[in-house]
Amino acid sequence: MAIGAKDVKHVAKLARLGLSEEEITTYTKQLNDILEHMDKLNALNTENIDPLTHAIPGHLNVMRPDGVREGLSREAALSNAPQSNERYFKVSRMVGEGEK
Amino acid sequence: MGYKTTIGLEVHVELKTESKVFCGCSTAFGQEPNTQVCPVCLGLPGALPVLNKKALEYIIAVGLALNCEINEDTKFDRKNYHYPDLPKAYQISQYDKPVAKNGYLDIEVDGKIRRIGITRVHLEEDTGKAIHGEDGSYLDFNRSGVPLIEIVSEPDLESPEEARLYLNKLKNIIAYTGVSDVKMEEGSLRCDANISLRPEGTEEYGNVVEVKNMNSFRSVKKALEYEEIRQAELLDMGQEIVRETRHWQETEGYTFSSRSKEEAHDYRYFPEPDLVPMSISKEQIERIRESMPELPDQKKERFVSSYGLPVYDAEVLTESKELASLFEDIVASFNQPKKVSNWLMGEVLRLLKDGGQELADMPLKSEDIVELLKLVDNDTISNSAGKVVFEEMFKTGKKAMVVIEEKGLKQISDKEELVALVRDVLNKNEGQVNDYHNGKEKLFGFFVGQVMKISKGKANPGLVNEILTEELNRLK
Ligand SMILES: [Zn+2]
Repeated sequence: MAIGAKDVKHVAKLARLGLSEEEITTYTKQLNDILEHMDKLNALNTENIDPLTHAIPGHLNVMRPDGVREGLSREAALSNAPQSNERYFKVSRMVGEGEK
Repeated sequence: MGYKTTIGLEVHVELKTESKVFCGCSTAFGQEPNTQVCPVCLGLPGALPVLNKKALEYIIAVGLALNCEINEDTKFDRKNYHYPDLPKAYQISQYDKPVAKNGYLDIEVDGKIRRIGITRVHLEEDTGKAIHGEDGSYLDFNRSGVPLIEIVSEPDLESPEEARLYLNKLKNIIAYTGVSDVKMEEGSLRCDANISLRPEGTEEYGNVVEVKNMNSFRSVKKALEYEEIRQAELLDMGQEIVRETRHWQETEGYTFSSRSKEEAHDYRYFPEPDLVPMSISKEQIERIRESMPELPDQKKERFVSSYGLPVYDAEVLTESKELASLFEDIVASFNQPKKVSNWLMGEVLRLLKDGGQELADMPLKSEDIVELLKLVDNDTISNSAGKVVFEEMFKTGKKAMVVIEEKGLKQISDKEELVALVRDVLNKNEGQVNDYHNGKEKLFGFFVGQVMKISKGKANPGLVNEILTEELNRLK
């Protein structure tokens, strides 16, 4: 097996997912199946093939000119927030510093 | 034991586009919280980003200004991490195909040029801002999605002072390209530093410590100096340096450990499927190169070759784009480059420094300074009075003639008036006049001083010398 329960727990932690032991067993198997399939793909010779970085090959340079467009009103922006004070989104007090 | 210091810097610069990098929201600074937001920059499900063309042109310009190769094939990637100011839980950034790479900039250290490598320059989006309160944290997403470029240097810097010089040069170059305000105090330029020490004579780099949270170039230098000492002391005691991120505490002047580095850096980058790749053509790169303004080093050389300025003057004047163009504007109407340079480097920079101001804060226009320089040049006022007048102009924004009238500083160059003053002095000091004629020639200076005194410093010194010589000869 390419990955074990320890890797699954690590990935789950990074994704902020709480998994039961049973789920860890299930996902460890499923993720290994996926990785095995990847191994099959990796077995192909792709030496002369450009990497495909997007699902629509040849579709390039989609851009817009720099210009301001009306967004959401603050009221609308905050309307679905579980907590807000009419000016800011509110979350539980953050501790430590984020990595940017 | 002696140690060698190795420093690399990661600098983030906000680009001065009108709208954000992937949506049409305004980038204007200082607006009411959450009034410049939309589904894209709030990370609402289903919203799709579209790249701002100007942001791409701006980063290409910076890449060229930093002597980089521009990647003709480039793309965006997702950098995944959880933090409340990042609404999508990923930042759109660039991983393996940055827009620009392998550049350099030159700094001057002790009269020698040191070339500092630039590893890469990539484009990404800024995050929102959090304000921490007693009962929770408050989030404003007006900055979320503002275009940022990250400029990563090679670990080529060997001292905190070199780091400061590099930052100064980088800021200067970017300011010249006009793509950012590059003001660290306002957050449009931010800097993180990586620093390691290794024993003198060894090759292998020591463990790297990342230092964050510096809010000025001076504090970057101070934080790195602190780290140099801290790490050297630990190494002296035979301890290992922990690979970690440390925060600079500005008021107390020390760094403290914030989080261990290994675990934090698991960003699981993968290509951003919501944005198609970019292909930058050679023609586009050339078009941007041709439209680039003259950069600091080129301008410096031109100031030496076409104005005949000393290298030092050219260096100081070109350190800011605004100062350089003020110089050129003044010289266009007052063609004495060295005099103009002395005036700008002496008076203007001194007054700005004293007041903790920037050139943009000065209320004077180039023509106001030209007027003053002409008045000094044609002896309407003396050089020293000129400095007094300039200081007043600088503080009040008044024109030179107005200040001269108000302060009664107009130089007396009227011959009759000066003859009367000289005679008055000589009449009142008969004893000294006799001594002078009996060989005490250094009394000449005394007479000049007396004339200046009764004229309140306004007598034209050249004419006073001339008239005094004549009058003393007449009395012999
Ligand atoms: Zn937006």
